[in-house]
Amino acid sequence: MTEAWPDPAAWLILLPLAWATLAFLAGPGRGGRLAIPALAAQCALALWLAVSLAESGARLHPVGGWGAPLGIDLLADGLSAVMLLLTQAVALALAVYAQAYFADAHHRHEATWFWPLTGFLIAAMNALFLSADLFNLYVTLELLGLAAVGLVAVGGGTAQIAAALRYLLVSLIASGAYLMGVALIYGTYGTAAIASLAPLIDPTPPLATWLAAGLMVVGLMAKTALFPFHFWLPPAHGGAPAPVSALLSALVVKASFYLVLRLALGPFAPLAEMAAWLAGGLGAAAILWGSWQALRTRHIKRLVAWSTVAQLGYLFLIFPLLAADGLAMQAGVMQAVAHGLAKAALFAAAGVLMRATGRDTLDGLAGVAGRVPLTLFAFGLAGVTIMGLPPSAGFLAKWLLIDAALASGQWGWVVVIIAGGLLAAGYIFRVLRRAFLVAPEDSRFHPVPRRLEWTAFALAVASVLLGLRGAELVALLG
Amino acid sequence: MSTGLLYALAGVLLFVLGAAGAVLLAHLMRKVLAFNVMGSGAFLVLVGLAQREDVIDPVPQAMVLTGIVVAVAATALALGLARAFHARTGRTGLTEEARRD
Amino acid sequence: MNGLLRSAVVIVGLSLAAAMVIALLQLPSAAVHLPALVAENLAQSGVEHPVTAVLLNFRGWDTLLEVAVLLLALLTLLTLGGGKAPAPAAAVDPLLQGLARRMLPLIVLTAGYLLWAGAHRPGGAFQAGAVLAAGAVFLQLAGLLPAWTAPRRWLRLGLVLGFLVFLAVAAALLGQGALLRYPPALAGGLILLIEAGLTLSLGLILAGLFLFLTGRDA
Repeated sequence: MTEAWPDPAAWLILLPLAWATLAFLAGPGRGGRLAIPALAAQCALALWLAVSLAESGARLHPVGGWGAPLGIDLLADGLSAVMLLLTQAVALALAVYAQAYFADAHHRHEATWFWPLTGFLIAAMNALFLSADLFNLYVTLELLGLAAVGLVAVGGGTAQIAAALRYLLVSLIASGAYLMGVALIYGTYGTAAIASLAPLIDPTPPLATWLAAGLMVVGLMAKTALFPFHFWLPPAHGGAPAPVSALLSALVVKASFYLVLRLALGPFAPLAEMAAWLAGGLGAAAILWGSWQALRTRHIKRLVAWSTVAQLGYLFLIFPLLAADGLAMQAGVMQAVAHGLAKAALFAAAGVLMRATGRDTLDGLAGVAGRVPLTLFAFGLAGVTIMGLPPSAGFLAKWLLIDAALASGQWGWVVVIIAGGLLAAGYIFRVLRRAFLVAPEDSRFHPVPRRLEWTAFALAVASVLLGLRGAELVALLG
Repeated sequence: MSTGLLYALAGVLLFVLGAAGAVLLAHLMRKVLAFNVMGSGAFLVLVGLAQREDVIDPVPQAMVLTGIVVAVAATALALGLARAFHARTGRTGLTEEARRD
Repeated sequence: MNGLLRSAVVIVGLSLAAAMVIALLQLPSAAVHLPALVAENLAQSGVEHPVTAVLLNFRGWDTLLEVAVLLLALLTLLTLGGGKAPAPAAAVDPLLQGLARRMLPLIVLTAGYLLWAGAHRPGGAFQAGAVLAAGAVFLQLAGLLPAWTAPRRWLRLGLVLGFLVFLAVAAALLGQGALLRYPPALAGGLILLIEAGLTLSLGLILAGLFLFLTGRDA
C-alpha cells in the first residue's frame, strides 16, 4: 500500500452510504440536492480509480488491515472499474432526471424516501463490485435486494406492492440459495475469501463444491432474472416510477450478473465449463422469449421491461465462449455497459412519453412525435443500441460476441444473436411507428420539463457514442 | 459422527424443506415462515459444518449473527409488504393475481 | 401446471437433499483454519471475546453493511406507511401496566449489561439493542407507548446515530491505511463507542420495525 489515503475505492462505498443516511435525516422528499453533487463526486472517484488501475494494475484494500482470509478484502480491477464507472455515470444522469420527475405534484408522494433508498442501492452495488469475500458479497446482495424492493414499492400502489412482494420473495429464496452455497464452501475449505479459495479449488473438487457452485449460480441467475426466472421482472420494472425502473433495469440486474462472471472467471473457473452450455441455452431462450413478449405487450414500460429480459440473455451467451479467448468476456462487459446506458435512456424516454400523453399504452402514443420530438429521437437512438446497429456500443458488443462464437466454431449462437437483433428492431419500431400516427381529435398533451427530455437524450447519445470509444473500455479490462 | 456434522445434516433438511415451502405455499405468512426455516437451515450448515471436527470456530458464528440480523430485516420488510397488500386487496396470497400484460 | 410444479419441486428438493447429505458425509478436512488465526490476533483486536472480535474488528465491514440493511428495511416500511394516524393504545389491564413500569428500569439495565459484557463474553450491541426494542414493544402492548407514525427529526437522528458513528469511525480510520483499521491501543475504546451508538440505534430500529407496522389500519 504505497498510496493508501485517500483510496477512491473505499470512498465509492462510504460516500453513498453517508448521503443516503443524511438524506433520511433531512426528511421526506429531501436529498436530491445532496445526491446530485455527491454522485458527481462519485463519477470523478470512479474515473480516478480507473485511471490509477490502468497505470498500476489491480489494487487491494484490506478492510481492517488484516487481509484475507482473516479479514475482508476489497479488490478493484479492470472489470470492477468498468462496472463502477457505468453505475456512477448512469446514476448521476438518472438523479438529475429524478429530481425534475418528482418535482411534479402528481409524483411528489412517490419521492418520500426515494433518495435515501437510491443512496443505499448505489452503495450496495459499489460494495458488491469491490468485495472479494463470498460472505461479504452475500451481505451486499441483501442490501441491494432490499433497496431495490423498497424502490419498487415507492409508489405505494397496489400493483407496485404486489410486484415488490413477488420480487422480494424471489430475491430472498435466491439469496438463501447463495448463502447455502457459501456455507458449503466455508465448511469445505475453511474460508470465504475469494483469494484464498481460488488456489484450493481444482477441476475435481469434492461434491460439496459442485453443489455450492450450483446453488450460488442458480440463486444469482434468479436475481438477474435470467429465463426461466424472469417472471418477476416485467411487473417490478414495468410498474415502478420511471427513474426507478431505469435504475433497476440498467444497473441492478447487472450486479448479480457481474458476480456470476466474477465467480466463473475466478474460484469456479475449473467448474465453469460444465454448466456453460446450460447458461448459454437459457440466455438464448431469454432472448427469444423476452423479445416475443415485447412484441406482444400493449404497455410502453412493459415493452421496455421485456426488452430487458431479452437483453440479459446476451450476457449469458458469453459463458460457453469464455474458454475460447478473451473476446467473450469483453463482449459481455460491453453488452452490460451498452444495455445499461440504452435501457436507462429507454425508461427515461418512456417516462416522458407517458407523462406527455397521460397514458401508459402504445395506442396512446399517436401524435406524440410532434410534441416531444427530442424524446422520441432519444428513444430511437437508444433503440439503435438495443438492436445492435453500428456505430453503437450495442453493435460492438454483439459484433465481439459473434466474433467469439465464430472463433470457437459455435455458429448456433450467431443465429440467436442475429434473430434477437431483428426482433428488437420489431419492438422498437412498434413504439416509433405509433408515435408518428396522427393524433385523434380528442387527445390532450401535457407539457413535460425539458430536463427530463435532455437527460434521456444524453443517455441515449452516450449509448451510441460509446461504440466509438470501445477500445479504451476494452483496454481497461486488461 | 460429530455433533457439528449432525447439526449440518439437520440444516440441510431444514433448508430443503423451507425452500420447497417458500416456493409451493400460497399464503404469504407461510411463505415468510418457510423462508425463515430455509435461512435457519443455511445457518446451521454454516456453523455446524465448520465445527465438524469439534474445534470451535468464531468466524462462522459471527457470520450467522450477521445473517440473522439480515433475515430479521428481510422478514420485517416481507411482513410489512404482505400487510399492505392484504389491506389493499383483502387477499393473503399472490397466486390469484393474473399476470397482466 | 400447478401439480407439475409441485412434483418438480419435490423431486428437485429430494435429490438436492440427498446430494447434500452425501456431500457432507464425505467431506475432507478444511485446508484453511481460521480459529488459530483469530486466536493469534485476538490480543490486538481490542476485545477479549472472539465472536465480538470477528464481528466488530476482523469482519467489521460485514457488520457495517448489516446495520445499513436494517435501516433499509425500516425505510421501506416507512415508504408503505404514508404517515397515517396511529390507533390509540387499547385499554389494558392496570396490573400489566404496573408490571411494565417496574420492568422498564430492569430492561434498560439488562441492555447496559449486555453491551458491556460483549467485550469478553457473549453479548454486544445487537443483543442489547434487541432487549431495548423488546422493552419498547412491551410498553406498547401494555398501552403505555403509542404506535409510531412518520418519524420526526429527533427520532430519525436516533435511528441513524449508531450507523453514522460507525461510518465516521470507518472513514476516519482510512488515515491508518485502510477502512476500520483500528490502532491496537484505541481499538477497545472505538469498538465500545460504536457499540454504544449501535445499541441505541438498533433498539430504535428494531422497535420501529414493530411500532411503525402496528396500529396502522393500512
